[in-house]
Amino acid sequence: MDNKTTCLHSDHVAQGAKMSPFAGFDMPIEYAGIVEEHNAVRNRAGVFDVSHMGEVLITGPQAQEFVNHIFTNDVRPLADGAILYGMMLYENGGTVDDLLVYRRSEQEYFLVINAGNIDKDVAWIRQQAEGYDVKVDHLSDEYGELAVQGPDAERVLREVLGIDASGLGFYTFMDTKLDGHDIIVSRTGYTGEDGFEIYAPEELTVALWRKLMAAGVAPCGLGCRDTLRFEAGLPLYGDELTAEITPVEAALSMFCKLDKPEFIGMDVVARQKAEGVTRKSVGLEIDGPAIARHGYEVLDMDGNVVGTVTTGYRSITLGKSLAMAMVNTPFNKLGTPLQVRVRRKVFPATVVKKRFYTPKYKK
Amino acid sequence: MIKYLPTHEYARIEGNEAYIGISPYAAHQLGNVVYVDMPEVDDTLVKDEEFGAIESVKAASDLFAPLSGTVTEVNEALVDNPRLVSDDPMKNWIIKIEISDPKEVEQLLDQEAYDAICDAEHKE
Repeated sequence: MDNKTTCLHSDHVAQGAKMSPFAGFDMPIEYAGIVEEHNAVRNRAGVFDVSHMGEVLITGPQAQEFVNHIFTNDVRPLADGAILYGMMLYENGGTVDDLLVYRRSEQEYFLVINAGNIDKDVAWIRQQAEGYDVKVDHLSDEYGELAVQGPDAERVLREVLGIDASGLGFYTFMDTKLDGHDIIVSRTGYTGEDGFEIYAPEELTVALWRKLMAAGVAPCGLGCRDTLRFEAGLPLYGDELTAEITPVEAALSMFCKLDKPEFIGMDVVARQKAEGVTRKSVGLEIDGPAIARHGYEVLDMDGNVVGTVTTGYRSITLGKSLAMAMVNTPFNKLGTPLQVRVRRKVFPATVVKKRFYTPKYKK
Repeated sequence: MIKYLPTHEYARIEGNEAYIGISPYAAHQLGNVVYVDMPEVDDTLVKDEEFGAIESVKAASDLFAPLSGTVTEVNEALVDNPRLVSDDPMKNWIIKIEISDPKEVEQLLDQEAYDAICDAEHKE
C-alpha cells in the first residue's frame, strides 16, 4: 500500500529531508539532524509539518453532550476558544486515541486526532454519534497543519507570518483570517516548549512553510518531535497508549473526569482509580550509556520481568539515558531500583518521574 | 586491504588480524552515535552473525561480523566517546579480531562493489 503524503511532501524532498513512512504517511524524519533540530526548538524555534494529523468537526444542538460522551475530559466548563486534552476510550477502558478538543461554542467542537488513527477514529465517532443530534464532518483533507515551536515562536508568528498570537494563553485558540483564508491558530504543541499550531488550507500551509524557510526558521522532522515530546513526558499513541492500555495505567487519569454524568469507559477508569492498577507507566533513569528501546524488558533486582519499555532515548537536553516503561505494581513506585535488558547486557535503572524536562509553557 | 559486508561493516585486514567498524556511509545514515555495544576480549565472532550494536539518537542498529574470529581488542575510547565513530568511522574502529578462517575474506565486498550498494540504497 502506498503511503499518503502531505501538501508539503515535494518541499520536504526538494529540501533534502530524510523521508520515512510514519502512520501511513511518507514524512520527513530529519533535516539537519535530530540533535540540531531538537536544540533549535529548545533554544530558538523550529517548524514541523504536522499536516498528517486528523481533524473532525462536531456540530449540532447535542454537540457538547456528545463530545462529553466520547471524551474522558469534561468540556462543559470550557470557555469558547479553549482547548482540552483527553482520550476516547473503548467500553473496556482501552484507548481509542488521545486528542485535543477545541471549543468554538457549546454547539461546535473541533477534534484533532492522531494520523495513524484517522480511519479508526472517524468510524468510531460516527458509530457513537448515532442517536445524537449532531453532525460529524471529517476535515482531515481540508487542512494542512504547521507546528511552530520554541521560545521564539510568538515572535516568528508575528514577524514572519504576520500573525499576532500574543493574546493567546496556553491551550487556547483563535479563528482568524490570513491572506483571505480562514485559519485556526492555537497555543499548543508536543515539544514541552511554548509554541503554536496553525491549521490552514493546504495551499496557504505551503505558502506559510516557504515563508518560514525563507526567514531561516529551522525545519524539523518527526525524529526530534519524538525526542522532544519524550523529554516533556508526553505520551505517543502506539507506545504509551494503545487499545490495551487505559489512561489510568498510562498515568493520565488527571485527564479523566469522574464528576460528569458519563463517558464511554468511565466504569473501568473509576474502578482503576479507586482500586489501583496492576501496572503503570513510569519514567526510568538508566545508569549507563545504553538506550532502552521500545519493547525491551524491565527486570526486578532478581531478574524477573516486571515491565516493558515503551519509549527510550539518550536525552538530548539532559544527557542521560531515560525511558518510559509500563511496569507492574509494586515495582512502579518512585525510587524503585530496577534493571533494563539491552540486548545481551543488563543495566541498573531507577523509577523516576516521567516528566524528565520541565516544560516551558506560557501561562 | 579494506573489505565490506552489505550491512555496512568494514574489515581492515592486516595479515591474520582485522579491525572491524562501520563505513562512513553507515555513520552518516545513523547520525550522532551515542552508544556502542561491544563484545568482550576473547569473545568468538561468527561471520554474518550479530556481535554488538550501535545506537544513534534515532535507533539501534545491529553490528554483524564480516569475518569469523576471536576478539583481541575493543576500542575502549568509544566507551566514553562514542561520537568518535560518527566523526571518523574508518579511523575509529570498534573491535580488532584474530581471523579464524582467512578464506572468508573472499566472500566480502571490495570497495567498488560496496560503493555500488550504497549508491543503490541512496537512490531508493
